[in-house]
Amino acid sequence: MSSIANLIDSMDYGPAPESADIVETWLDAHKQGFGLYINGKMQPPTEELAEITNPATGKVIAKVSRATSEDVDAAVAAARAAFPKWSSLPGHERARYMYALARHIQQHARFLAVLESMDNGKPIREARDIDVPLVARHFYHHAGWAELMETEFPGAKPLGVCGQVIPWNFPLLMMAWKVAPALAAGNTVVIKPASFTPLSALAFTRICDEVGLPEGVVNVVTGNYQAGQQIVAHPDVNKIAFTGSTPVGQDIRKRTAGSGKKLTLELGGKSPFIVFADADLDAAVEGVVDAIWFNQGQVCCAGSRILVAEGVAERFTALLKARMASLKCGSPLDKCTDIGAIVHPSQKRSIEELVAKGVAQGAELYQGAAMEGCFYPPTLAMNVEPANILATEEIFGPVATLTSFRTPEDAVLLANNTRYGLAASIWSENINLALATAAQVKAGVVWINSTNVFDAGAGFGGYRESGYGREGGREGMLSYLELPGPGPQKNEDDIPAPIRPEPGVGGRLAGIDRTAKFYIGGKQKRPDGNYAYPVIHPKSGKLVGLAGDGNRKDIRDAVEAASNARGWGGSTGHNRAQILYFLAENLAARSDEFADRLQSFGVTAANATREVETSIRRAFWYAAQADKFDGMVHSTQSSFVTLAMYEALGVMGLVCPTAHPLLGLVSLLLPALAMGNCVVAIPSQTWPLSATDLYQVLETSDIPAGVVNIVTGDRESLAKTLADHDGVDGLWYFGSEAGIKRVEESSIGNLKQTWTEPGGRRDWLGKDGYGRSFLYKATQVKNIWVPYGE
Amino acid sequence: MNANAPSQAEPPAVATLSNQQRNPGMALTPEMFESHAVNRSATQRRAATLVTRRSVKKENQAAWLVNAIRCMDLTTLSGDDTEGRVRRLCAKARQPLSPELVAGLGIADMKLTTGAVCVYPTMVPHAVKALSGTDIPVASVATGFPAGLMPLHLRLEEIRWAIGEGAGEIDIVITREHVLNRNWQALYDEIAQMRAACGLVHIKVILGTGDLQTLRNVYAASMIAMQAGADFIKTSTGKETVNATLPVSLVMTRAIRDYRMATGYKVGFKPAGGMKSAKDALNWQILMKEELGNEWLKPDRFRLGASSMLGDIERQLEHHITGRYSAAHRHSVA
Repeated sequence: MSSIANLIDSMDYGPAPESADIVETWLDAHKQGFGLYINGKMQPPTEELAEITNPATGKVIAKVSRATSEDVDAAVAAARAAFPKWSSLPGHERARYMYALARHIQQHARFLAVLESMDNGKPIREARDIDVPLVARHFYHHAGWAELMETEFPGAKPLGVCGQVIPWNFPLLMMAWKVAPALAAGNTVVIKPASFTPLSALAFTRICDEVGLPEGVVNVVTGNYQAGQQIVAHPDVNKIAFTGSTPVGQDIRKRTAGSGKKLTLELGGKSPFIVFADADLDAAVEGVVDAIWFNQGQVCCAGSRILVAEGVAERFTALLKARMASLKCGSPLDKCTDIGAIVHPSQKRSIEELVAKGVAQGAELYQGAAMEGCFYPPTLAMNVEPANILATEEIFGPVATLTSFRTPEDAVLLANNTRYGLAASIWSENINLALATAAQVKAGVVWINSTNVFDAGAGFGGYRESGYGREGGREGMLSYLELPGPGPQKNEDDIPAPIRPEPGVGGRLAGIDRTAKFYIGGKQKRPDGNYAYPVIHPKSGKLVGLAGDGNRKDIRDAVEAASNARGWGGSTGHNRAQILYFLAENLAARSDEFADRLQSFGVTAANATREVETSIRRAFWYAAQADKFDGMVHSTQSSFVTLAMYEALGVMGLVCPTAHPLLGLVSLLLPALAMGNCVVAIPSQTWPLSATDLYQVLETSDIPAGVVNIVTGDRESLAKTLADHDGVDGLWYFGSEAGIKRVEESSIGNLKQTWTEPGGRRDWLGKDGYGRSFLYKATQVKNIWVPYGE
Repeated sequence: MNANAPSQAEPPAVATLSNQQRNPGMALTPEMFESHAVNRSATQRRAATLVTRRSVKKENQAAWLVNAIRCMDLTTLSGDDTEGRVRRLCAKARQPLSPELVAGLGIADMKLTTGAVCVYPTMVPHAVKALSGTDIPVASVATGFPAGLMPLHLRLEEIRWAIGEGAGEIDIVITREHVLNRNWQALYDEIAQMRAACGLVHIKVILGTGDLQTLRNVYAASMIAMQAGADFIKTSTGKETVNATLPVSLVMTRAIRDYRMATGYKVGFKPAGGMKSAKDALNWQILMKEELGNEWLKPDRFRLGASSMLGDIERQLEHHITGRYSAAHRHSVA
């Protein structure tokens, strides 16, 4: 029989290798080593070079420079020098460059895809059909934002020099997600590619040259983690964007605490993949393939926890196992390969170790086939209880867990039983069920009847310990812009006098004594420690009253009460507006009393009246916004409605400035409430009694118990407890420079979002005292992808 | 087989199922399809990536293209069909590739022919005559093709007539109204009667998927056709505005898989209409291999209903042998 006849018998696909000749020629031309790309010039290779291997073959394919701290300094200096001109170019000029980058990326698409596959081990199909087209799309989309900057973001300014630390799983794509919005907004960048996979970023520098991008706008420094740390620590870097693991993200938050650097963190995930009984099970099975067997499972938003309705679990599992049998694990450059190489042997070991632990804890594995070498088979782990390490830890490999659930409520409970909140995938033909679940899942991206769908027009980023900030879309641009607001002022630091909780230090009481307790869970509560401190008139030295001196346990109780009041976030904007209007009404009815109280702190009569009036107006403004701060429908891919919804952060801590005892509090409280957050507020330490007077107004205004909680006392120690608390989702701190650093450092436990500012910077009575920027900071964007078509 | 053979005669042995393995059908069982969800966007996504996830090159590609010929129902279904036209088609079916190509591919021993020729009933006698001495079956469309809107007794009579004229396979069309109105019982009964009229001759059930519109309808009609005893389910007549597409084919192959899981019987699949290129031939074979496996890459369970596809396959095969791109006029027309 001829070979054709034999082949007809077997009907095998046979080899279908993508040629690597052109990329190999390029690599060969650089075999002495790649230099750093600084100020528009490829530098000579550094003395010390790092070897880059193709994980599929184990062969060294390139040597790259190792940036020293001097090199990082030079790159930052180049970016700084380029910033004034680049940022002051008309948006249209920047758009022209970005358009050229997009075009040239498309024209070099196959080169980039082959290089990416060789460097990272990902299948050529994915690099060719997913990564590189998305890279080009990202530059096109952001060419548009550059063009529209002046009209779409009036008054917004670029941040300056952005340090961008890129992961190894999508080296070129993640770089594009960071570089495109940064450049569009007028920033300049210093890129640190992952040490495993620096080659596509180096190739990108060739394209920057090709389109004539001005010198210094893009700089690339290769090297190990120390180069990344140097960028993070660099005093002349204004913004850090990082994609990678949660522990490194926490480290970056800690290192940048108090530095004033803006931060976008796109971190780990353990995303649920929920299959309801009425789903198209074949579609869901294919979804699993796209979720966890895409890029060898080395995807931060991988749907790694399959949750399937008990009634269909058996059939679903059978279909899934059958599908696994036809997955091809093989050479990444073969066009038939579904699963390529793991990025590095160390990552493979890490997967193996986690899986071994999971098995020791009771997991049962079902695995497909894998090639010899740095490959790992597609793996399904069953019998995985919620406490199993495979259900809690991000594996970053082709390993999915499978767990069944009973009811939709059960599904949501399991889905949210994680520290992370990056993405979720929901499979159901029932639109009510799918959207209800999408609303309840804690995740920045929710795909209905789909998974791992991306577009530059929609924001991507997580809740909880999956990080903060968004990449893509309008919300992504906000991560690279400074919205109009106050600049640094003289004497803005806010350090209140220390508390003296001993009796008799505050002079004589003027007038009738009023008991100021805490307000927790809708009730007035005595301080846990049973200490009180004097509030003193600054001129006369007379005692205005005593305030409770709160401690850790009071904060604990307040956070608990706030957590239990989350129903507030589910109420309609109209309902919240009604309550805020009512609050304004009740405050107005007692405006004299509140003005008197302010005068008792030494505020002049005119200023006191103005502060109360402004507080009332603010309540109207945020009541008005409660049902108007809308989300968006993004224009993304065909047959998708992509809903960008603003959701409340959840439980927010509000640490108020010392000045403006009433207005400082309500200016923070109202936007948080309007957006559906429950709050724990620490009012002005020195003059807390305006806040304690507010309890009765809150009560009569029908604010549900637990939605607002107020604890008075030592600002710094209470703020620290809030910053440390894992049940607090967001923290606004307006206080001292030292306090800012402390709060930011302490926030890393659950990576809560923080907004910090010296308490004396803002003019609370003026236009900086309110606005949409407060609403942005009180919310996070959830993008829900809803497909259509029958 | 010739035109005078009695209609009860055994159908040609080659390229068809043996009657022991034939799907006998089962009672109408709506729970096998009524609650079956088919999500269109997910189906489209899978169909799109099915063919980008796989690639067949060089020798393997040549083999796959030869296999496509083996599985082809070479078709003419035009109002201007004549005896001469059908004769030419049959000549092509007997010898789909030039002797030079056959030699170049080293497949002389295969005695390659197409899987069948497919014609209108009145053309069956011409085709039978033109194919005498070969094992190539003549497939006849029937039952008021393409719309099927003819009284049932006439449609059944048309089947019997075509078989009487020597048709070895019958491609029937369903009443699309029954699907659109969810009249499952009427649809089942109609197909079951057609199957009975076919006797030992194999029946392919054309769903007219372009008319059915939704993929849920496609799945339901596929399942009912199999429950009523279809040997093959077939996408289209070639006359609807939309004919064979990969998403529709994906849904039908999944129905075939589900029917097999439920009953053990393996029903064949025939996409038809709109497939013109060698690339199409590869794509649909990739679909069969991925979703159903190699068993569905043989003519007894897979047919490609096509007319012009063969010409493109010939050109591709010539390129495989010579390394030069070929031109249409260098290959004999069908």
